Amino acid sequence: MAEIVLDKVTKRFRDGTEAVQEIDLTIADKEFLILVGPSGCGKSTTLNMIAGLEDISDGELRIDGDRVNERSPQDRNIAMVFQSYALYPHMTVRENMEFPLTIAKLDKATIKQKIDEAAEILELGPYLDRKPSDLSGGQRQRVAMGRAIVRKPKAFLMDEPLSNLDAKLRAQMRTSISRLQKSLGTTTVYVTHDQTEAMTLGDRIVVMRAGIVQQIGTPQDLYERPANLFVAGFIGSPTMNFLPGELVNSSIATAIGEIPISDRLRSGLSEHGPTGRDVIVGIRPEAFEDSRFVDDQTAFTFPHDIDIVESLGSAKLAYLDVDIDARAHEHFAEIAQESGAEDVFGSQQIVAQLDARSPVREGDSMEISFRPDDIQLFDPTDGTNLTEHD
Amino acid sequence: MTGAQIRWSILNLVVVVYALVPVLWLLSLSLKDPSTFTDGKFIPREWTFDNYKNIFDVGEFTRPLINSIGIAIIATLIAIVLGVFAAYAIARLDFPGKNVMLGASLLIAMFPQVSLVTPLFEIERRLGLFNTWAGLIFPYVTFALPLTIYILASFFKEIPWELEKAAKMDGASPFQAFRKVIVPLAAPGVVTAAILAFIQCWNDFLFAISLTSTDRARTAPAAISFFTGASQFEDPTGSIAAAAVVITIPIVLFVLFFQRRIVSGLTSGAVKG
Amino acid sequence: MSARPISDGKAAERRLGWWLCAPAALVMLIVAGWPILYSVLLSFQRFDLRFPDDKAWIGFDNYQAVLSSEYWWNAFGVTTFIMIVSVAIELVLGMILAIIMHRTLVGRGLVRTVVLIPYGIVTVVAAYGWRYAWTPGTGWLANLLDESTAPLTERPSAIAIIILAEVWKTTPFMALLLLAGLTVVPEELLRAASIDGASKWQSFVRITLPLIRPAILVALLFRMLDAFRIYDNIYVLTNGGQDTSSVSILTYHNLIGGLNLGIGSTMSVLIFLTVALIAFIFIKVLGTSTPGSDK
Ligand SMILES: Nc1ncnc2c1ncn2[C@@H]1O[C@H](COP(=O)(O)OP(=O)(O)O)[C@@H](O)[C@H]1O
Ligand SMILES: [Mg+2]
Repeated sequence: MAEIVLDKVTKRFRDGTEAVQEIDLTIADKEFLILVGPSGCGKSTTLNMIAGLEDISDGELRIDGDRVNERSPQDRNIAMVFQSYALYPHMTVRENMEFPLTIAKLDKATIKQKIDEAAEILELGPYLDRKPSDLSGGQRQRVAMGRAIVRKPKAFLMDEPLSNLDAKLRAQMRTSISRLQKSLGTTTVYVTHDQTEAMTLGDRIVVMRAGIVQQIGTPQDLYERPANLFVAGFIGSPTMNFLPGELVNSSIATAIGEIPISDRLRSGLSEHGPTGRDVIVGIRPEAFEDSRFVDDQTAFTFPHDIDIVESLGSAKLAYLDVDIDARAHEHFAEIAQESGAEDVFGSQQIVAQLDARSPVREGDSMEISFRPDDIQLFDPTDGTNLTEHD
Repeated sequence: MTGAQIRWSILNLVVVVYALVPVLWLLSLSLKDPSTFTDGKFIPREWTFDNYKNIFDVGEFTRPLINSIGIAIIATLIAIVLGVFAAYAIARLDFPGKNVMLGASLLIAMFPQVSLVTPLFEIERRLGLFNTWAGLIFPYVTFALPLTIYILASFFKEIPWELEKAAKMDGASPFQAFRKVIVPLAAPGVVTAAILAFIQCWNDFLFAISLTSTDRARTAPAAISFFTGASQFEDPTGSIAAAAVVITIPIVLFVLFFQRRIVSGLTSGAVKG
Repeated sequence: MSARPISDGKAAERRLGWWLCAPAALVMLIVAGWPILYSVLLSFQRFDLRFPDDKAWIGFDNYQAVLSSEYWWNAFGVTTFIMIVSVAIELVLGMILAIIMHRTLVGRGLVRTVVLIPYGIVTVVAAYGWRYAWTPGTGWLANLLDESTAPLTERPSAIAIIILAEVWKTTPFMALLLLAGLTVVPEELLRAASIDGASKWQSFVRITLPLIRPAILVALLFRMLDAFRIYDNIYVLTNGGQDTSSVSILTYHNLIGGLNLGIGSTMSVLIFLTVALIAFIFIKVLGTSTPGSDK
């Protein structure tokens, strides 16, 4: 059991790439921490530095208070689960799980007992004598987990451990990993690029972008109070809608009308003060509702044509074509490009998630409402959230 | 058996006959009593091991056989060691000159050996390597290297090197990771390359007759072509057939035990690309 | 501080790469590179070991002598003929063999195993087998013929036997290369073709053949270059008698028999050039992918 501290940890590759820049992070004992971000943002590099598979260029890594920068992986007592599972193909399931124990020179009886225990937990009993090549994807994943848990390490590191599984299995494994971590109480750092996985699994989430930490917080924090445009766009599904807006007296002029500024927003704005009159308005699809189902007097309502309707069963997604060009904002375009989600960020569509009972049909014109307090305002020059701050 | 199975069995039989008849014919010849050589029968009328006894008694075959085994094994070992280094670099590292290395290997693999015989003959005579083991080992290593490099490189490319990291995370030292994880995974490729390199060295004839002049370094295939029979007046047919069978034995053993590896090795370099 | 880190990591990797390749490269350079150069030099000299003092630079005289020699062109013709005929037969037989190995419902392992025997057997050994088989009196094949015929002593039949020996030994190799091609043809494509109404033959010609074209070209290239240097089989079967010398046999006779290093080297260079031309045609004109090239 361990507390892991990253103190201004930086990774500079030999070719000059700064894959991770001055990351400050304290992972509490027993915590389940998620590193999330688009591909190439430095998640694996961070994890590998904790593991000892990559040298730390600058800064300090402490495990339980001891500086471990110079310790080799085998001296850190940390286990890792790889995306490809990294099972040894020439060994059986049992031999794979025994490997860390035989390396540690435990006696036969202890090894056997530990393997049986792990096999029991992971329901691998019937497969112990098979080779990895004779297992299904889900079984292999469990063997990889088994190899990590048998030796009771100080911490688990997992690098996209579920990304090779199909959607259904992934959802199943998600719950069992979560349960396993809770019952073992082992500090865990889990890397993923999938925000759903991040939101459902973690005690806390670290959002990274291009080697820099964007925000650290609980899933709820990130969802309700994203620190900047990037986090706002990355967390949540469907993605948050972004509209260019202009501050006019006590409201914001946008393509869907003049949205009144709520008290919460006003106090935030007065503290930060926008650098100009331009802002970017962020509204989550879930904030919208068919006006027919809203009786809140403070709600802002606007009429609009509906272009496409998708039924999810539990809700309906309405797509509204809006005459906006968010790309006009430099920063916006840049973020859109870096996050690899250009079509989402730069989209000229608004996605609204409506009550499943809504009778809306494609081509209809209808009234849509949302609470002005549910929006976020971002500075278009640097993307910071103008209304949320620590 | 279904009709399809019967049809395939017949085709298989044709293939087996195709592959084995010429070999069985040599075996039959080697077991024939010298007095019945000229009966032209496929199956010996009288069976005898005299031909085998002869070639080893007279000694004209023992020494070349030792030469063959020694030279082929040493050349194979050297080619494997050098090949492992080069193939590792080609499979895992990025450096300019890699394609030159591959191109040069390919060139040598396709090179007409006879073009080398003249200059090698001359150079080896000057260096005192002519008619020595070393004088054959050098060209054998050279011609085994391209094959070795191609096979090993294509094997090494397939090894999941991430396992090295996994082993370290499992507490293994770098040496333990290498010995317990990488070596067992690379071993089949090395064995395959070694078998094919050995077969190639074992098979050589041109260098063996050009770069040797006596039993000091002459290998078995070359020695066979110089057989004159146990005495001057004797027909060497029986000796040649017996010697031929003896030097075919290692090949048959390899084929029986390593069929899969030989097939994968022969095709790995050529087609994956 | 990051003035030259870019070259640092790369440089270390490069150095390691070079060091690891160096021993193999060195051996190949010394044992093949240098002699090739040396034989080019010799080819421009008069150098006969029987008259070692009469050594001189003579420009292209050796080339003129070889290229105007009837023996050379005869050997060249014989070699080319053997190469083309045997490779053509091997391609057909090899394809059949490959299909059998690929598709057979029974005894796949057995077929793949026995086929390796001709591949692995020492060429000289197999050649003796064929020689005795066709020797009148001794041979079971010769016995099938008319009693007075000695097939190895007549040119057409001798060449036919050389081709037979060559084809027998190397068809399995050809078949294995083709088999590797066949195994990567997706089964679904063939099913789709049969649903589209193609017969087995049609789907072989229209789907399989085009898809394994790269494998066929590689196999042809390998085998042609190999067949052009044919030596062992001819040495044992006729030793060049009855005008059946290949270029390799002729070169060898000039060297070891004639001790004429100048002429021998000239022939070596000419063989090398021919082989290079064949390879060039295959790689540049037909677009054969050379193994190991990064594409
Ligand atoms: N060995 C290396 N040398 C140079 N750059 C690297 C190396 N490994 C990774 N990188 C770069 O570092 C950045 C972060 O990579 P990584 O941590 O693997 O991203 P992630 O796991 O978040 O997808 C990427 O831009 C990648 O190209
Ligand atoms: Mg990664």
